[in-house]
Amino acid sequence: MKLSLIGGAIASFGLFANVAQAETEITFWHAMGGALGETVNAIAEDFNASQSEYKLTPVFKGTYEETLTAGIAAFRAGEQPNILQVFDAGAATVIGAKGATVPVQDLLQANGVDFDINDYISGVRYFYADSDGKMIGMPFNSSSPVMYYNVDALEAAGVTPPKTWEEFQSVTAPALKDAGYTALAQSHLPWIFTENFMSRHNLPFATNNNGYDGVEGTKILVNNDAIKNHFKAVQQWQQDGHFEWFGTGWGDNQTPFEEGKVAIWLGSSGSFGGLSQKDLGFDFSATYLPYWEAVTTEPKQTFIGGASLFAMAGKSDAENEATAAFFEFLTKAETQFFWHKETGYVPVTTAAYDLAKAEGYYDEAPAAEVGIQQLSLPAGDNTKGYRMGFYVQIRDVMNREFGRILTGETDVDTAFGKIEDEANALLARFAKTQN
Amino acid sequence: MKRAGFTTHWLPILLLMPQLSIIIVFFYWPAAEAVQSSFYLEDPFGFGSTFVGLENYTDLAGNAEYRRIAWFTVIFTALVTFFSLALALLLAVKADKVIRGARSYRTLIMWVYAVAPPVAGFVGVMLFNQSWGPLTRAFQSLGHDFVLGVNYSDTAFAMVLVSVWKQVPVNFIFFLSGLQSIPKSVREAALIDNRSASGRFWDVTFPLLAPTGFFLLIINITYALFDTFGVIDTLVKGEPGNNPMTLVYKVYVDGFRGNDLGGSSAQSVILMVLVLALTVFQFRLVERRIHYT
Repeated sequence: MKLSLIGGAIASFGLFANVAQAETEITFWHAMGGALGETVNAIAEDFNASQSEYKLTPVFKGTYEETLTAGIAAFRAGEQPNILQVFDAGAATVIGAKGATVPVQDLLQANGVDFDINDYISGVRYFYADSDGKMIGMPFNSSSPVMYYNVDALEAAGVTPPKTWEEFQSVTAPALKDAGYTALAQSHLPWIFTENFMSRHNLPFATNNNGYDGVEGTKILVNNDAIKNHFKAVQQWQQDGHFEWFGTGWGDNQTPFEEGKVAIWLGSSGSFGGLSQKDLGFDFSATYLPYWEAVTTEPKQTFIGGASLFAMAGKSDAENEATAAFFEFLTKAETQFFWHKETGYVPVTTAAYDLAKAEGYYDEAPAAEVGIQQLSLPAGDNTKGYRMGFYVQIRDVMNREFGRILTGETDVDTAFGKIEDEANALLARFAKTQN
Repeated sequence: MKRAGFTTHWLPILLLMPQLSIIIVFFYWPAAEAVQSSFYLEDPFGFGSTFVGLENYTDLAGNAEYRRIAWFTVIFTALVTFFSLALALLLAVKADKVIRGARSYRTLIMWVYAVAPPVAGFVGVMLFNQSWGPLTRAFQSLGHDFVLGVNYSDTAFAMVLVSVWKQVPVNFIFFLSGLQSIPKSVREAALIDNRSASGRFWDVTFPLLAPTGFFLLIINITYALFDTFGVIDTLVKGEPGNNPMTLVYKVYVDGFRGNDLGGSSAQSVILMVLVLALTVFQFRLVERRIHYT
């Protein structure tokens, strides 16, 4: 009798304790500034309002690089957030550090959330997965490079958006030049003209299955004729006044397109939101990245850029449960559609894409669909992405050498030789950090 | 005369402790950590690491790009130091002669001192904006197509210009007070001996300013090497690309952007040695030959 009373007291105490700490609080460090940050905050508020068990606090930590560095420093001090946003180039670093994160697939399954990797759009699916196809990071803000064009300029020149680079150089560019435009600019040479060049033409980018099968002995395969010929063509276009390069900064190359000086600009599908909010003074639209017919007659899909969310290790089961709940909320079709519409980033699941179609979103904004359509084109052996360590520095090396090509400081062959040497040296160094 | 002293050894040590502990925690400890991690290649999250001996250093020595950055740093430091000192000296000598409105004239020169390096860099970004920057236009009218962030030497020019602009006020303050501390009697005596103003400046004023000048030389070299980081980061808009950069910026690029802890630690150690050498130079050569009054 007494025992059961005590037992009851303990039970009710436990119950009370549960009520007292009803909300499990989790933190989310991200790199989404400005309008993007406000959208992240809106999603967090919706999540907090949708249930009463968990409370998510998003924290803006600066650029992608700063966010990753802050996350690493915090992890080493045992103060890591529950969720860390890591960008594409940092994926190898965070995935390589086994024990730093809980694979998102394991996390979701352990917490009873239905998970099927095939629910995700094909170009999104495996970028943040391991070599067995297990999803490690949850794709979040995902974008793909697409070709934006000034509709008025192309009409004035009497041309249609080029499907191939051959068409661009023989038809589109000369006509645009006669109409008074610089035909082409782009905003990210490593991403658009290198990584996605490989994917679009289904060329291997690195050994070891593009780096997914392990760091040991991974070598970059960037020094090949297809891409070198592309850069030689770009150089020629530049001399002919068909292409202009405004530096490594993203915005410096986007501005001339917005000012109507450049007719075609290669940017991110995620740039759509920003472009549509501006009063450009001309109509713009978008379509797929051109490809070289000389290289392939069956162009493939591109893969995503942007960033994904990682569940950091070393957290309690209760907090992991909250993280899983947030991921579930985030991948819901409604949340994804909201994110897609607000920012221009692609919806990562087929369900969200179907919802956007059903809501008639693409009837009012057809250009918003291009990124996701391009990500859903046929896949090839080399279209799921790449996994290379110290990739931020490899990109810096590419940017440096590409800049030198376009300022006439070096020639294409020398530059690609240097990129190959320095990238391989960096990959070998990275392999040594993983022992 | 009896020297005042402590009776025990412990009291002075105890009294030094606050200062010492700050130095140890904030300087010696991190410095030792940097030296240690420069011998390793380490996973940024701290899971794996390999002892590689001097490999991080030999990699740097064999890297043509690192040598190019080191060479740029030398030229950049020399230019920034020279122009900051020369312009400040010129302004100080002129300001020293101004009688009417002297105060507002000086304040106008000095207030740039309060501008933070990234803000100074941002002013540079605006002035050299590719499509509407007034200085870009000025260069265009002179027949030079100036493009910040594209052309290596154009970007280097902008970095030197902004860094000098930012540093002149500090030097100006020091030079002006140096000039004003030269006794009037000395100036009057010089006026009788030499009628040429420039002769008087080089024979009398300049040597008397030497202590200030050498002090500023060291300060300016350190400024150009380290404190120009904010200016450079803003002018390259966070994307190193094919832009020029200094050794300190390279440490940041490899360590904080690239998460290569071993490599960037080795670079920091090289910079520490450089600063040590500079300090030794200052104390051994400069301080001995310059006499402070």
